[in-house]
Amino acid sequence: MSILHTVNKSPFDRNSLDACIRLAVKGGSVLLIEDGVYGAMKGTNKSDMVTHAMKDLSFYVLGPDLKARGIDEEKLIDGIKVVDYSGFVTLTVENDKAQAWL
Amino acid sequence: MSDIKKFMYVNRKAPYGTIYAWESLEVVLIGAAFEQDVSVAFVDDGVYQLIKGQDTTELGIKNFSATYKALGDYDVNKLYIEKESLDARGLTLDDLMPLTYEDENDNWAEKNSIRVVSSQELAELFEHSDVLFNF
Repeated sequence: MSILHTVNKSPFDRNSLDACIRLAVKGGSVLLIEDGVYGAMKGTNKSDMVTHAMKDLSFYVLGPDLKARGIDEEKLIDGIKVVDYSGFVTLTVENDKAQAWL
Repeated sequence: MSDIKKFMYVNRKAPYGTIYAWESLEVVLIGAAFEQDVSVAFVDDGVYQLIKGQDTTELGIKNFSATYKALGDYDVNKLYIEKESLDARGLTLDDLMPLTYEDENDNWAEKNSIRVVSSQELAELFEHSDVLFNF
């Protein structure tokens, strides 16, 4: 059993990413979308939390949402994978269920 | 309408995820059309509005970031960015769009509209404003 967690809020504006990381179980996947993509950037006040969570969880970020916000892939935390819309679908299929952290 | 007031627009939201950033931009331009003394502040996630290289093609929504470059033409040339907000997000001025205006009192010399300020400096600017709009 595995869960695909999606987070669509900025980690600086809401605590959605904090809650997701706190409550996600080892082996799960986290996909950052919409304003959630800011959580994938390195060198921020939230980067350490994400890096630490990556020991137990696989992190993904939606490419089109990065591009819209002008975030270069080189600005991302090492190990976070960029996926496109079809990658989003693949993640949905690969996991048993999805949990959307709003 | 002879009195000119100091208007301060405070932006605290990232672009695209919500409509706040775009709505703010429209209201700022309306205020400028009424020839008021307009300042715009970018605080918290509002600093993300000015990141350069935004490309919304794959989202199929309007990329309004170019509009910030037009602000100077409407005499909106006081853009204050809180340093603490940049730092928390691992951002520097290099990550932002260069925004300039032509100074009519200085032979139309091109000048920088962006001023990075501390929280304390920004607080004082708020104190000296007549009207505050938050987005």
